[in-house]
Amino acid sequence: MDTTNLQQKDIKRGETKMKKIKVVHYINNFFAGVGGEEMAHIEPEIKPGVIGPGISLQNYLGDEYEVVATAICGDSYFGENLSDAKSKIIDMIKIYEPDLFIAGPAFNAGRYGVACGAIAKAVQDELGIPSITGMYIENPGVDMYRKDIYIVETAISAADMRNALPKISNLAKKLANNEEILSPIEDGYIERGIRVNYFHEKRGSDRAVDMLLKKMAGDEYITEYPMPVFDRVKPSMAIKDITKSKIAVVTSGGIVPQGNPDKIESSSATKYGVYSIKDMSTMKPEDFMTIHGGYDRAFVLKNPNLVVPLDVLRDMEKNGEIGELANYFISTTGTGTSTGNAKKFGEDLSKMLIEDKVDAVILTST
Amino acid sequence: MKLELGKIYIKDIRFGDNTEIKNGTLIINKKELEEFAISDERIKSVTIELARPGESIRIAPVKDVIEPRVKVSGPGCIFPGVMGKVKGVGSGRTHALVGAAVVTVGKIVGFQEGIIDMSGETAKYTPFSETNNICVVMEPVEGLETHDYEQAGRLLGLKVANFIGEVARNIEPDEIVIYDTKPLLEQIKEFPHLPKVGYIHMLQSQGLLHDTYYYGVDAKQILPTLMYPTEIMDGAIISGNCVAPCDKVTTFHHLNNPVIEDLYKRHGKDLNFVTVILTNENVFLMDKERSSDMVAKIVEFLGLDGVIITEEGYGNPDTDLMMNCKKVSDVGTKVVLITDEFPGRDGKSQSLADAVPEADALVSCGQGNIIVNFPKMDKIIGTLEFVETMIGGYEGCLKEDGSIDAELQIIIASTIANGYNKLAAKGY
Repeated sequence: MDTTNLQQKDIKRGETKMKKIKVVHYINNFFAGVGGEEMAHIEPEIKPGVIGPGISLQNYLGDEYEVVATAICGDSYFGENLSDAKSKIIDMIKIYEPDLFIAGPAFNAGRYGVACGAIAKAVQDELGIPSITGMYIENPGVDMYRKDIYIVETAISAADMRNALPKISNLAKKLANNEEILSPIEDGYIERGIRVNYFHEKRGSDRAVDMLLKKMAGDEYITEYPMPVFDRVKPSMAIKDITKSKIAVVTSGGIVPQGNPDKIESSSATKYGVYSIKDMSTMKPEDFMTIHGGYDRAFVLKNPNLVVPLDVLRDMEKNGEIGELANYFISTTGTGTSTGNAKKFGEDLSKMLIEDKVDAVILTST
Repeated sequence: MKLELGKIYIKDIRFGDNTEIKNGTLIINKKELEEFAISDERIKSVTIELARPGESIRIAPVKDVIEPRVKVSGPGCIFPGVMGKVKGVGSGRTHALVGAAVVTVGKIVGFQEGIIDMSGETAKYTPFSETNNICVVMEPVEGLETHDYEQAGRLLGLKVANFIGEVARNIEPDEIVIYDTKPLLEQIKEFPHLPKVGYIHMLQSQGLLHDTYYYGVDAKQILPTLMYPTEIMDGAIISGNCVAPCDKVTTFHHLNNPVIEDLYKRHGKDLNFVTVILTNENVFLMDKERSSDMVAKIVEFLGLDGVIITEEGYGNPDTDLMMNCKKVSDVGTKVVLITDEFPGRDGKSQSLADAVPEADALVSCGQGNIIVNFPKMDKIIGTLEFVETMIGGYEGCLKEDGSIDAELQIIIASTIANGYNKLAAKGY
């Protein structure tokens, strides 16, 4: 490193010393001292400086930080007016130009937890500043927001405030300084469910033998990946009269026009494409191909109807067995595509299908 | 069944006049090997290139990797039923060129071949950055049908590996390791107080271009069966598949199966390693049910106390993994699974395509979706032409200077789901 860099760093350090890091704190009606359940309806407001637990929070954060304002909202109001509350609070916070946002902690208060999670996520997304909150592990807000924001693990009730606040301020400071965040245990936050690679000192097979010996002996062992939970989508009601219905084909079989104009990936897709089949009676191999990387493509390259059965569907349309075929099909690659992306695609493309008055889709997979 | 595995450590490779081993250096007569290799009319040309650890070399698209071995004594040959007559292997003496590897390279068969970097940040993810690689770069004839190309490439690699392995026949090994597994009843008697452990080895068999062969038989067509662990060390199992590069179990990994190796290390000390059960990963539900039923039946029949199960591939085979786990657990045997994870680039999605509550002991070989940066290399063996469409690649991932940003899964054997590597994943 040359000296100019060092000097610049010194200057920067000097600046941070002079300029305090601005923090906005969010609390509910109860912690603001406004009142309990009877005041849970209060609308969002913001006040300069610290209120309630903010006093203690300021102490733990230290001199380099300044809690410039405290946003307050009733838990019922927040829950019943989610998007309105979020945008109002964000507008209020924005004025203070904070560098860091801290909500709660909410302990095991359910509505408060959900509010802390929602507002922290919104601030992080919209203002682009680090946001953090604290909750008890069973607070419903944990499962809703653990993947989006850091939630420091607290005990069940506010009696834990004096333990929770130092933990929250420590992690908040690391976030504000852009320091490396260590594992959940080391930095005291609730596991976000983000899978991160590292090199173990032993290879996997060796660890498996160790784990098996423990399991057979009845000793305690820790799995390296607790089993995930999957969303189950309820099938919608059966079509009443298929001969009058508009049908569309949606496929994860990677069928795209020749040349793959949208450059959909052969695995781990991040996008899907919508392709016209208007006035076509069959999927011609000179027009379409598959870019799917998870199956033997040879047969489908010869006959793309195997995955998008346009030939058969046109016959059925002609014979009146189905009402009408949408004049496009929607396609992505299924192999290795994360459920997160798949869910996004589904939510997005179903809007278009509904708009186009499609009554039913045929999902083809490979 | 007892096998003496004589290890000859190869510390360097170079071209020379005679193909031989001199003081730990493998010398290859380039012309002779190229002429020997080009005997399949489906392959237009073969070029042999060398890649050593630490060199600024990127190899792509890699199809298979094979450790050269030779059968010195005992029945059969290396790769029985494929490179020679069918004969039960796994006993007698075998020599291995440890530290050397034959790498088959050529334009892609089906997106599923990968990358090996010999140096730089990305080298640490593949075991083949640490081997001295004899790269067999092949050019198929014009218009060669995909399945023919895969087969021609597969056989070419095995043939070259056996040719090189032959030079080790009369060399005194640096180390001899003895692996010994007795017939079941005797083996149980030998260590009556130790838990009886088996290894359930799931062979990739999703079909056409996703195949594995046992004594030359396509694993799609096998019913679950038993194997002495030493059979695999003589090449009873070969890879014929083009599954995603990161969790490809190459022929090298079959010869050097880490679960078998590590179970032998504890054999007679902490456990009694009695057998390997081979099963498949077919795509039809009926096949999945039948094979997993049979696996559980064999486990129960043998009275195993515990098993380790590994899979090859991700997504569809996760269902076979979970069926095996559940059914084997149901017969009262303890199960540990080894697999890798695909939670999306942000690491936030479910890592597996299927799950059962019985899968409560799992070893993770890392997640394959993170984006890694591949620095520019001085030399490319093969071609980078297909990088953007290879698994793990995407539009724009290949930069003008030859550097690449791609998902980890594009690297050969980087998250291989049999525990060969030290890479792991944890929840943040």
